[in-house]
Amino acid sequence: MNVLNDFRHGDIDAFEALFRQHQRAVYGWILRVVRNPATAEELTVETFWRIYQAHARFDPARSLKPEYSLEPERSFEPWARRIATRVALDHLRTGRPECELPAEIAAPVSADAAVSAEIRLKTAQALGRLPPKLRIAAILAVVEELPHKEVAAALGISVAAVKLRVFRALRILRKDLEHQGITP
Amino acid sequence: MKTTNPNRIDDGIQKLVQQALPPIEPDAEPARDLWPAVLRRMNARPSALPWFDLALMAGLVVLLAASPESIPVLLYYL
Repeated sequence: MNVLNDFRHGDIDAFEALFRQHQRAVYGWILRVVRNPATAEELTVETFWRIYQAHARFDPARSLKPEYSLEPERSFEPWARRIATRVALDHLRTGRPECELPAEIAAPVSADAAVSAEIRLKTAQALGRLPPKLRIAAILAVVEELPHKEVAAALGISVAAVKLRVFRALRILRKDLEHQGITP
Repeated sequence: MKTTNPNRIDDGIQKLVQQALPPIEPDAEPARDLWPAVLRRMNARPSALPWFDLALMAGLVVLLAASPESIPVLLYYL
């Protein structure tokens, strides 16, 4: 709790302690969205810079969600995740409409043999063409299979809105793939 | 399976997406210590006046004033 209070007052040592404690979680979260390790590292740095810029606005005693109300020391993580999500979303908005996928993503080892590498690649590219706010919801909820509640908290929207975004994303994906002659 | 209910997941497309993009390993971690980069970012001088961003924003305002019907389209993509 002292670390959080010190951080709130701009203490750099407290900030480093929080960085050391949370950098892996923040990096992992961003990697899930952008799916590129080098980009995820850059965005993790950007996220912690924004976190430090916003230190005065962080209130460790204020609960973001009811489940954190009794554990103020846990309030940093969801707050940091919200900022990380915004950073990742900003990156998706400014990036190219189609993402380049590493070979291991385009052809995963565990993939169904009946689904060709070409179809997987076209599916991944179609996903990359989705509007960013739909893409991020689809990646987190469908690819990563995170609970809608967790996705909603990270995006700062309701669970119903997450479901709607995922629904719209999958509908657009289906149309895109059908347009390319792929029937899921 | 096609559906028009947001509470029902389109199983076929969901399976295809999961095969196209496998989940990230939960224990993923950066390949290097990012703290020095964070310190450099914090100590960097503030960027110059983003004139291009301002010009873009001005253009957008003009566009929205000229054709308000494009506002919903813009909001959709935000």
